[in-house]
Amino acid sequence: MSIDSIAVRVAAIEPVAPLIREFRLEAVEGGLPPFSPGSHIQVAMPGEVREIRNAYSLCSDPADTTGYTIAVRLQENSRGGSQFMHTRVRVGDRLSITPPANFFAPVWQARKHLLVAGGVGITPFISYLHELERQNAEFELHHLYRGTQTGAYCARLQQLGTKYFGYDSDNEVFCDLNQLLSNREPGTHVYICGPEPLIEGVCATARELGWPDSLIHYEAFAAPEPGEPFKAQLARSGKAVEVGSDESLLEALEREGVTVPNLCRGGVCGQCATQVVDGAVEHRDDFLSADEKASGTCIMPCVSRAAGNHLTLDL
Amino acid sequence: MRMSPKPVQTFRDDFSYSNSPGAIARFPFPFPDDEYRYSVNIEPHVTPGPEGSVYEFLLDIDEHYLSEMAERAIVLEENPKRCLAMPHMDLACWDMIERCMRSLAADYPQHFSLSVDGDQWTWQNRLLNIHDSFTFGDSSTLPLPPMEYMGRQVQGDFALLDQRDGDLFLDAGIVTCPADWSLAFDAGMSFSEWHGPVPLAHEMGVFERALKYLTAIPVGRPVRRLNWTLTVNARMDTSPETYPNWGTDRASVTADNVGEKVHLRVELQVLDRMPRSNALMFSIRTYLISFEDLVTNPDWARRMHRVLKTLPPELIEYKGLGRYHDLAVEWLSRFDPAN
Repeated sequence: MSIDSIAVRVAAIEPVAPLIREFRLEAVEGGLPPFSPGSHIQVAMPGEVREIRNAYSLCSDPADTTGYTIAVRLQENSRGGSQFMHTRVRVGDRLSITPPANFFAPVWQARKHLLVAGGVGITPFISYLHELERQNAEFELHHLYRGTQTGAYCARLQQLGTKYFGYDSDNEVFCDLNQLLSNREPGTHVYICGPEPLIEGVCATARELGWPDSLIHYEAFAAPEPGEPFKAQLARSGKAVEVGSDESLLEALEREGVTVPNLCRGGVCGQCATQVVDGAVEHRDDFLSADEKASGTCIMPCVSRAAGNHLTLDL
Repeated sequence: MRMSPKPVQTFRDDFSYSNSPGAIARFPFPFPDDEYRYSVNIEPHVTPGPEGSVYEFLLDIDEHYLSEMAERAIVLEENPKRCLAMPHMDLACWDMIERCMRSLAADYPQHFSLSVDGDQWTWQNRLLNIHDSFTFGDSSTLPLPPMEYMGRQVQGDFALLDQRDGDLFLDAGIVTCPADWSLAFDAGMSFSEWHGPVPLAHEMGVFERALKYLTAIPVGRPVRRLNWTLTVNARMDTSPETYPNWGTDRASVTADNVGEKVHLRVELQVLDRMPRSNALMFSIRTYLISFEDLVTNPDWARRMHRVLKTLPPELIEYKGLGRYHDLAVEWLSRFDPAN
């Protein structure tokens, strides 16, 4: 038994914030596997130039095997994915997804879960809430958003009562991280999902207050950042692949029909590790150790790029 | 050949355990080379594997099913701490129940059946005369705690590894046929902690690489590896807890009884991501074969000799073979034409 992709049908599309749309996906045949809170899937979209593959957190009840929900924020500098989902996808369309994978699961032994969401970073926590409530776990959700753009799910979240704390910066309501993280009972774990500055801010404040790293968790992966174009020479097949500034090395390889195993497409899982024969690497992943990066013999093509204008890969 | 469970044989006292010719033919002989070396020897456990092989299904049910379940019951009676699950592993235990029941019912419909109506489940195990209805996810509706309930119905040891901070923790399991390790001792340990005693491999970076690989295993893509050691007598329960019962067996090997006493012990280890909890299920399915039965296959006999002869001293020591290693090599040498 090995599942590589699941065919799904778009069952519903709902705008949940000015810039965020929610998509309900149902299996074309049968049901979908249950998943753990914080899981994501890859959605493959038939773009005009190339197939686009983006990872999205699941934000439905993990125990619900009749369908998955994802929420997609329209990115200003969309590399195609969020634009495609917002403008091209209609109810009834078919898409292909990967089975769920998880790099942001709850720590089940935590005595209390402190969830900190920024903007569309609320999505993985929606799946958390279902399971935490089912288990009667102690938690608080702190939701930082801009009411004019990304304030999704606020009405639904209000129903959490005293466990919900909303901060609408468009309304001049801000979150005091120092206060948020001070005087927490032992066994409290903090989880952050949102823009990089929020993750950095919470981590830095927590560490200053003496939180050990083992109690701090964040969703590290993000879409690949653009960079300078370069050429990838493939040593074994003899192919040469031009990598554009707005696509990742992995995407360029896929465009040319070169298959590299991959999972998170965000530099976390390690599946796409590829041997480098020649050329300097700009490492942007969270997978390789500092020593491995320094040796320059391996690259994670989902996020990392050439440091110069070429790379030779053992492919 | 697919194996049907045969009447109960023993793994202690009179050691009536035996392998049929069919069981010998499908034995998972673990050595790809004449010289044994450490490697991260993990490969995808793609099922269905070859028909009748131990790799055909996620869980292998063979002719020793009833014997192993009877042995497990004896061990748990003697020491209930051979099964444990920390409170935060409840969801993972239910993951394991779902995975085992669905696989068994699909792969061995003659022995097992499962009917699911929402969260109302009914399970039948005709080999053990079990017929239970329960509410999925509600441990109070099972006659035993979930780990013990399922563990008493599947061959091999099971552990559930909680995944957090990029590491794995041994937080639940049922372990009644271990190759000299203790669940109660290792409980709560991290991956590198419970592998602490393994010689040489730490320096080689084997565990760092293995851990990165294991923490990234996705749902629906289980992987497997084989591990091996030698055991004197067909004893399943070689645990530290019962060491006084079996430690001295090793002094009982003589030049005349090597073939009948010494067994190759092979573990088929499968790691499978649990969908609801994100835990890893680690199953350790143990196969025992006497050297007498093993040498009926000339290729195995020759290679077993060469592997043992070239085994590094650290591994002879770690695997506890010191007392009878020379005797075993000498006995096997007659099957190796190069000698």
